[in-house]
Amino acid sequence: MAEFHYELDSDGVAIITWDIADKSMNVLTLEGAAELNQHIDTVLSDENVKGAVITSGKKDFAGGMDLNIVAKMKADAGDNPAQGVFDGVMSLHHMLRKIERAGMDPKTNKGGKPIVAALPGTALGIGYEIPLACHRIFAADNPKAKIGLPEILVGIFPGSGGTTRIVRKMDLMSAAPILLEGKLSAPADALKKGMIDEVVPADELIAKSKDWVLNAGDADIVKPWDQKGYKIPGGAPYHPAGFMNYVGAAAMIHGKTRGVYPAARAALSAVYEGNQVPFDTAIQIEARWFTKVLMNPSSSAMINTLFINKSALEKGANRPDVSKDMKTKKLGVIGAGFMGAGIAFVSAKVGIEVILIDRDQESADRGKETIKGILDEGIKRKKVTQESADATLGLVTPTADFEKLDGCDLIVEAVFEDMGVKHETTQKVEAQLPKDAIFATNTSTLPITELAKASRNDTRFIGIHFFSPVHKMNLVEIIKGENTGDEAVAKALDFVAQIKKTPIVVNDARFFYANRCILPYVNEGVRMLDEGISPHLIENVAKDMGMPLGPLQLADEVAIDLSYKIMVATQKALGDDYPFSAADDIIAWLNGEERYGKKAKAGFYAYDDKGKRTGIWQGITDKYPTAEDQPEVSEVRHRLIMAQVLEAVRALDEGVLMDIREGDVASILGWGFMPWSGGPFSWLDMIGAEQAVAICDGLTEKFGERFTTPQSLRDMAAKGEDFYGGAISGKKAA
Amino acid sequence: MTDAYIYDTVRTPRGKGRKDGALHEVTAVKLAADVMDELVTRNNLEDTSQIEDVILGNVTQIGEQGACLARSAVLYSDKINESVPGVSVNRFCASGLEAVNMAANQVRGDAGDVYIAGGVESMSRVPMGSDGGAIAADPYLAMKSYFVPQGISSDIIATEYGFSRDMCDEYAVESQKRATAARESGKFKKSVMTVMDHNGLPILDHDEQIRPGTDMQALGALNPSFQMMGEQMPGFDAIALMKYPHLEKINHVHHAGNSSAITDGAAAVLIGNKEFGERNGLKPRARVRATAKIGTDPTIMLTGPVPVTEKILKETGMEIGDLDLFEVNEAFASVVLRFMTYFNADYDKLNVNGGAIAMGHPLGATGAMILGTLIDELEAQDKETGLATLCIGSGMGAATIIERV
Repeated sequence: MAEFHYELDSDGVAIITWDIADKSMNVLTLEGAAELNQHIDTVLSDENVKGAVITSGKKDFAGGMDLNIVAKMKADAGDNPAQGVFDGVMSLHHMLRKIERAGMDPKTNKGGKPIVAALPGTALGIGYEIPLACHRIFAADNPKAKIGLPEILVGIFPGSGGTTRIVRKMDLMSAAPILLEGKLSAPADALKKGMIDEVVPADELIAKSKDWVLNAGDADIVKPWDQKGYKIPGGAPYHPAGFMNYVGAAAMIHGKTRGVYPAARAALSAVYEGNQVPFDTAIQIEARWFTKVLMNPSSSAMINTLFINKSALEKGANRPDVSKDMKTKKLGVIGAGFMGAGIAFVSAKVGIEVILIDRDQESADRGKETIKGILDEGIKRKKVTQESADATLGLVTPTADFEKLDGCDLIVEAVFEDMGVKHETTQKVEAQLPKDAIFATNTSTLPITELAKASRNDTRFIGIHFFSPVHKMNLVEIIKGENTGDEAVAKALDFVAQIKKTPIVVNDARFFYANRCILPYVNEGVRMLDEGISPHLIENVAKDMGMPLGPLQLADEVAIDLSYKIMVATQKALGDDYPFSAADDIIAWLNGEERYGKKAKAGFYAYDDKGKRTGIWQGITDKYPTAEDQPEVSEVRHRLIMAQVLEAVRALDEGVLMDIREGDVASILGWGFMPWSGGPFSWLDMIGAEQAVAICDGLTEKFGERFTTPQSLRDMAAKGEDFYGGAISGKKAA
Repeated sequence: MTDAYIYDTVRTPRGKGRKDGALHEVTAVKLAADVMDELVTRNNLEDTSQIEDVILGNVTQIGEQGACLARSAVLYSDKINESVPGVSVNRFCASGLEAVNMAANQVRGDAGDVYIAGGVESMSRVPMGSDGGAIAADPYLAMKSYFVPQGISSDIIATEYGFSRDMCDEYAVESQKRATAARESGKFKKSVMTVMDHNGLPILDHDEQIRPGTDMQALGALNPSFQMMGEQMPGFDAIALMKYPHLEKINHVHHAGNSSAITDGAAAVLIGNKEFGERNGLKPRARVRATAKIGTDPTIMLTGPVPVTEKILKETGMEIGDLDLFEVNEAFASVVLRFMTYFNADYDKLNVNGGAIAMGHPLGATGAMILGTLIDELEAQDKETGLATLCIGSGMGAATIIERV
């Protein structure tokens, strides 16, 4: 027994302690589930046992399910993976139901043994679903603990009874944020919401739990839904009080998910259908919908990208084989503007000492003020304590004195995007640094190899591209210049791990990876205006695809003048090779009109005085009248998707991108590429290379060579292969 | 094929479908039995056992309208033999017309000589929507079909086809004018019966909803009815825009004054073959030339009158110009405006006595009521051919072409 440990105390209370060796957080594995099941059998069959407490040997209870289980269930079922998943899910239900019914007589509800969950800390997903099946949930008074059902965030939903039980504990409107938005609660809050039963001091957790077990009577351990006359809180779907809630919930989920996320729909169906039948039928219905979601390629793709692959990258999947710990101890941030301040903030927040440099003390101080502003906002929202804010600020030294950089083991330079300025800064900074320090430049447009030429040692020079705002955007692109060495890469990766962000490592090429893919998306949308396509169609189709912003709104948010500058610089750099399009004319026109976008309260959109968008600017359709005949939605959709996806494939083909997992993870974290799809490569696997080729060929014929099918994709289609080897498409049981 | 003839039509007045409406005190089954009894009495049908079936449209089949109201109405009736069965049908707003069409088609197919068809709805007593429904509440179906409530659909029509609030209000003002004039000149007298209590005391003898003197100013003061549910909770407009992505936003132009009112009422139509008339000494008033029904996009939902009219014209080999009069149910102003602009239909021939915006729309009964109005008006104008059509919930349309004989 390696994961759940069983011990019977002198009072006859079994203590089942979840404590997986060599892991900081418990997750439920198939082996673990089998062990727990066996312990429950022991509790129920052994006459000397009066009841049980299920707890954890770690500071937290559990982080959730080991999502590899699903792949295993599918694989084990051979030709009929749906049956395998359904049976696997039902066996978990049976175990949890065994806990809940606790051996009591099914008719009289008498004679069961009390089983309590005692949560020392965080309890997520199955880590909360197991407690939900217990007769009482005790949580330690641990303000850092998070309790809830976050499954929806990785494209599935609580499928081990969490869905069915939570909507029987509380009405649909109260359950919706927990179930359908994955909102987590600290113990005190969870108690208020009725998610748990008691919050007790940490050192009394087990004692209080045991007390309850020893004192619980027959009636105390019968769940409301197992009692006669039980009514669904807030009303079942066809109860007059409940009906409109279900109508409203379906509409809200439909609108919010734009119909592209299968999990929320399935969860709501499980609730709607389940709330019309008795509990045991309801969990079976829940299992059917859960199976449906797990069999959906979108869910596989989201789990792969947002959970498995994202974690792998964060744990250094692409870290070079450099054995020594390269953690940053003292960081120098050069340039205290919004970007530099953001980098200083995220670093100081995790305890790194930061020297924040700017040209004069005043500018440097302004950078620190920016950090204080972010922290104050956090305090206002009760996300940050004054104490931790003070600690963070205490680690940041704003100064104009370059000598203070002495002893820095990592520099992140975030000065003005100009080759000359950056070169000069590099030399001035390196003069203060120890020989083995690593110099990183934060740039979004300048080639790293060129920037590295100013360095005294280009093997210890690297690009670290943060996205703005730094404290909110979790992706960091690490860019290798031509001569960047392994230690620089390891240093950058260890730093990104320290600040708890997600890294990808790419080679040096124009716009690196994320920006390279997002620019064509904006351009494709903008040039459609010139074809007389309705701006509303462009924006709505983009959002219906699952993009967070339509291309025109995105252009406004990025800023039109910035786009214009990038455009002019790119034209200059590429010369005759620059692919001119109507998009250039439109951006140049808006720039000339000083419609610089959201910040100017004027762009593709019109804005009111407060900066709120009021609709597409009339001038757009005056200059580019909407044509009578509008294209098929699918054509607009394909253009907007392929503009991004083809760029990702080209980045891979050209060796800029070295790992498709990075391409997928970065697409969602970096520019919000259709999260339901798992990223461009997962999406291609989902539709299949053959269909992708057909779409590209069709678009090429109609719109030109920017949609030319990459040879790699054509080859893949010919061989019937895909990017992930069947893991997304389900061709192979992964 | 045997011809199906309409021998007569009877309806109750349309009563205000609220607690202070005159018909609120009358049960739905009594309203249904009353119109059937009146039909039998007027036509001196001594042997009611010759009636093959009673087919009644009825939408909200729950509570007192549950348990097959048509059969209940037969048993409630003082005139109709218990050997006559009954069946309730629900095609939402077109149920009353659908009942007539089903009866007509059974006659045409020689399944019986004579039917009573019609419909009933006491919306004040059995609220619309109180029977629930998977289309709105089952998440799988609601999302698959891009469900939005009818009011949102009517506003989608207005947005998609460019009908402004003023256009809809102008239409509503005219409907009130026409209905007022028709009532005052006694045009409805031929079909409308007085609803009496069990002592023979009169309860209501005229359409109660009409608001004479309604003008643009009065309507202008009304707030849009569907803006909140569209833009805020739960936000149905987002769903509408997914289905109609070329629209920037939904213009919420409909309100209580340019939509049909909640109403109580019943109607019955006597439909039979030629032999039935000869046997009973009755002269047919019209022949059912054709019937049609169709399914359409459930989100915009209420555009059905256009495709179903195209369908019925195609099947009969007729053109829109062959029709002398139109009854297009005024569920919402935009529904009728869409029909008129699509067919370029002459408003002087369409809903000439007003419609549901002025008089109200007792869901299950309206289809049979407007068919009666159509026959009365064809006779009054001495015209030949008319079309009745209605838009229908969940995206359907129904139509009937009749011609005088």
